This record gives sequence, structure tokens and C-alpha cells, in this order.
Amino acid sequence: MAVYQASDLRKGLKILIDGQPYVVTDFTFTKPGKGQALYRCRIKNMLTGRADEKVYRSVDTFESANLQERKMQFLYSQGDEWCFMDQNNYEQVTLTPDQVGDAKNFLIDNLEVSILFFETTPLDISLPNFVELKVTRAEPWVKGDSAVGNSKPVTLETGYTLRVPPFVEEGTKISVDTRTGEYLTRVK
Amino acid sequence: MSALKSTLWLRARIIQSIRRFFVEQGFLEVETPNIIPAPVPEAHIDLLNTSYGFLHSSPEVCMKRILSPDFPRIFQICKCYRDGERGHLHLPEFTLLEWYRADADYHDLMDDCEAMVTFVSDEVGLGNTVKYQGKEIIIDAPWKRITVEEAFAAFSPITLKEALATDRFEEMVVLHIEPGLDASRPVFLCDYPSRFASLSRLKEGRPDLAERFELYMGGLELANAFSELIDPAEQEARFSKENELREEQGKKPYPIPVRFLDALHAMPPSAGIAFGVDRFVMLLTGAEKIDDVATFTPEEL
Repeated sequence: MAVYQASDLRKGLKILIDGQPYVVTDFTFTKPGKGQALYRCRIKNMLTGRADEKVYRSVDTFESANLQERKMQFLYSQGDEWCFMDQNNYEQVTLTPDQVGDAKNFLIDNLEVSILFFETTPLDISLPNFVELKVTRAEPWVKGDSAVGNSKPVTLETGYTLRVPPFVEEGTKISVDTRTGEYLTRVK
Repeated sequence: MSALKSTLWLRARIIQSIRRFFVEQGFLEVETPNIIPAPVPEAHIDLLNTSYGFLHSSPEVCMKRILSPDFPRIFQICKCYRDGERGHLHLPEFTLLEWYRADADYHDLMDDCEAMVTFVSDEVGLGNTVKYQGKEIIIDAPWKRITVEEAFAAFSPITLKEALATDRFEEMVVLHIEPGLDASRPVFLCDYPSRFASLSRLKEGRPDLAERFELYMGGLELANAFSELIDPAEQEARFSKENELREEQGKKPYPIPVRFLDALHAMPPSAGIAFGVDRFVMLLTGAEKIDDVATFTPEEL
């Protein structure tokens, strides 16, 4: 396991503290009056999301957090369980709604995602940047209706609602940018 | 480009005004070598090495060798180098102003600071009020003088004694003392515990304290000053101690500056100060980071 020195601390570094994975979210180097260097860090517990502030000295060392990204396929959701399967070893993993977070807006059966694990605990889902989803409900577009402006709300097969151009109809497949949650284009 | 343009013009005027101040006060401007074979060994300052010697972390070794009845007042503005120091207030290569006075102690340097900062601020058109990061700093003398003991009593959650015993002195300074100091006036934080005496004389009647101060302005540590220790045996023992502390941290000890120690025999009682020019420019230009007052940062090269 990699060992870091305090001088390696930087934004985004993932370290192990008391057996828990933390990410450094902010970082300041200080060195008062010819004294020892101090590294003031804001850190976030990757399991609980709780933020904390720590001061480290140059003699402090850290282990890297043992994080692993695994390619998984989304199988199904039932109640509060979101089930995924590892594509290499077919192992199934269940995530809670908290762990899934906003990714639920874009998860359709068989979608391939990356899940970041700390040991056996899933921490975070990375979606493909673009996913194709079917519009399941849309108001018909009335030509010349200026009141609706240049967009209208629709609902997708995942239950997610967003604004799309007026010409997008029920049953159409559209491409959505998962990073912004915004409409990109119609898919043929 | 325009922000950098106005900063660089102001930076140049600040340095020219500093120079004018010391020249008018009868100080001799000196230039000493930046590459030296034996620096002052310090537990927490790492040097950059070259095949000819170390890049100096301060011009003190050579400047104190010059200081004598022939040269009782000297100053220098030069680049200094410290390895591994990079942050919003640190560059590995930075500009220091140092000045030394024979037959003086650290109180005289406090007077110098007040006079010099007031002079420069006036010269560059800022008058007696410096606006820095949303704070107004009134620089009319006399400035506040607070001892480290008083500051710990006022601002630290643990006592100075506890902080020293648990090696948390620096932590308390950064987290509690520096934010506690009055930011509306420059402040001299004085009389450091003797463990941090470095090259300073111990206080008469208080051997647990050193005649050393740090100048703070707007929360920035701007200068470090001593009544100079001129006892070669005591200084040599302190250098050895610093080297031991280096070895405890797994760092290489530095060679002892023998000629410097020899020169202490002839050195008059004196006082000297290192004043951070980049941070002074930050204060007078309102810059948030040291990067903003440099032509280039190491990352931009």
C-alpha cells in the first residue's frame, strides 16, 4: 500500500484515516516563524460524506485508501434496493438509494456503469456521459403556442423530468447528458 | 495582463522606496554571495544544493560577517531559496529584505519597521491606511507589541507550557494566535520561547525567552527579527542542536558555518531582521496569493 508524506498532500488525494477513506477537498501550506511546516486540510469522509478539518505536520505519513473501480451492469431496482452485477465475476451488489443518489435518474436495465469501492463498500457511481432514454410522457406541441416558449417538460422512463424542445414527442428516444441532466438530441 | 501590469509597477516602486528609506538612514547597501558552503543549520528549513554549495535561505551568514564598527548599518534586498516551500504565502524562490544595526537591539528594529513601512506606504500614495482583503490596517506608529506569553493567554485554548510540552506550538500559532491578533493595526509578536531562539540573544533575567519578534500585518507574517546572539560557543551548541533535530526527522545535517562562528568574536552587540518583500507587496497591492505579485510562479515556467 502506498505511503504518502505530508508534503504529498494535495486536493483530491485519497487517504486512509483511522481505517476510513477520506478525500482531501482543500489544502493550505503554512510555516509559522521558522517553525515546522503545517498542512491544513479540509477532508471528507468518503463513507459518511462528513467534512472535517485537520492539521498535519511534516513528520506525518498516510496510507492511501484502498479504492477500486469496477465495471458493473445495472440489473434492476426493487423498493430500496438497486442491484448491479460485476461484469468480470458476475458478483451481484446491492446499493441503497443514498449510494445511488442522482444516478437513479439515468439508470435503465443493462446500463454499464463504474462503481468505486472501498474494500467491499460501494462509494460512488460513475455513469456514461450520455445515456439514451425513452420519453414516456409529453404534452402534445401546439404549433404557434408562444406561451410554452422554446421548451416543454417531459417525463422519461426512469421517472426523471426535464425540459426538451417542443418537437420531442411521447415514445421518442433522446440522449441526455448525465453530468448536467440536460437534453442533448433526439435518437433515431 | 493589466492587473499584473499595475502590480509590477507598484512592486517596483515599493522596492525603490525601501531602498531610498535605508539609503537616507545612512545604511550601506551590500550584495553577498547567494551560493554558500555552510548555511545556518535549521531544523525546519531545507536548502537547495548546487555543485558550488547551497543556495542561501537568508543572507544572514555573510551580512553578519560584514557587520562591524566600519559597517555599522547595512541592508540587502535579494532572492532567497527554500526547498519544499510552496503555498499561497510561499515560493521556493522569494525576495527578502534584511537589515542589520550595530549597537542596537530588537526594539530598535521595531522602530525601523514602523518608520520604513510608513515611509513606503506614503511614497506609493497609500498614506496611513492599507486596505487588505476587506480589512483596513492603520499603520500610524506606535504599533502594538504583544508577547508570545500574552498572546497564548489571550487566544490559545491550551497554555504555552502545554503547547511546548506536546509539540503543538506552531499549530496553536496558526490556528489561534494569528487569527486572534488585531488585524486593524500591525502587531509585533515578541519574546519567543528560547527553544525558538535560533540566532537570537536570550532575554536578560528570563533565559526561557529569546529577544526575537515576528511582525504581523493584516494577518500576514511579514518579518522575523532578533537581538543577535554573539556568543560563539552558545551559537555552535544551538547549531548542533538544530542538526540533531534534522537527523531525528531523517534529514541530512548541514555543515557548521565555522567562519561565521569565528566572526562572532568580533561582532558588536547588534540586531538584525529578515523582512518578506513579496508579502509586503501583497499587502500594499491587496493580493490574495503570493503568486499574484510574482512575474512567474514555478508552475508557470
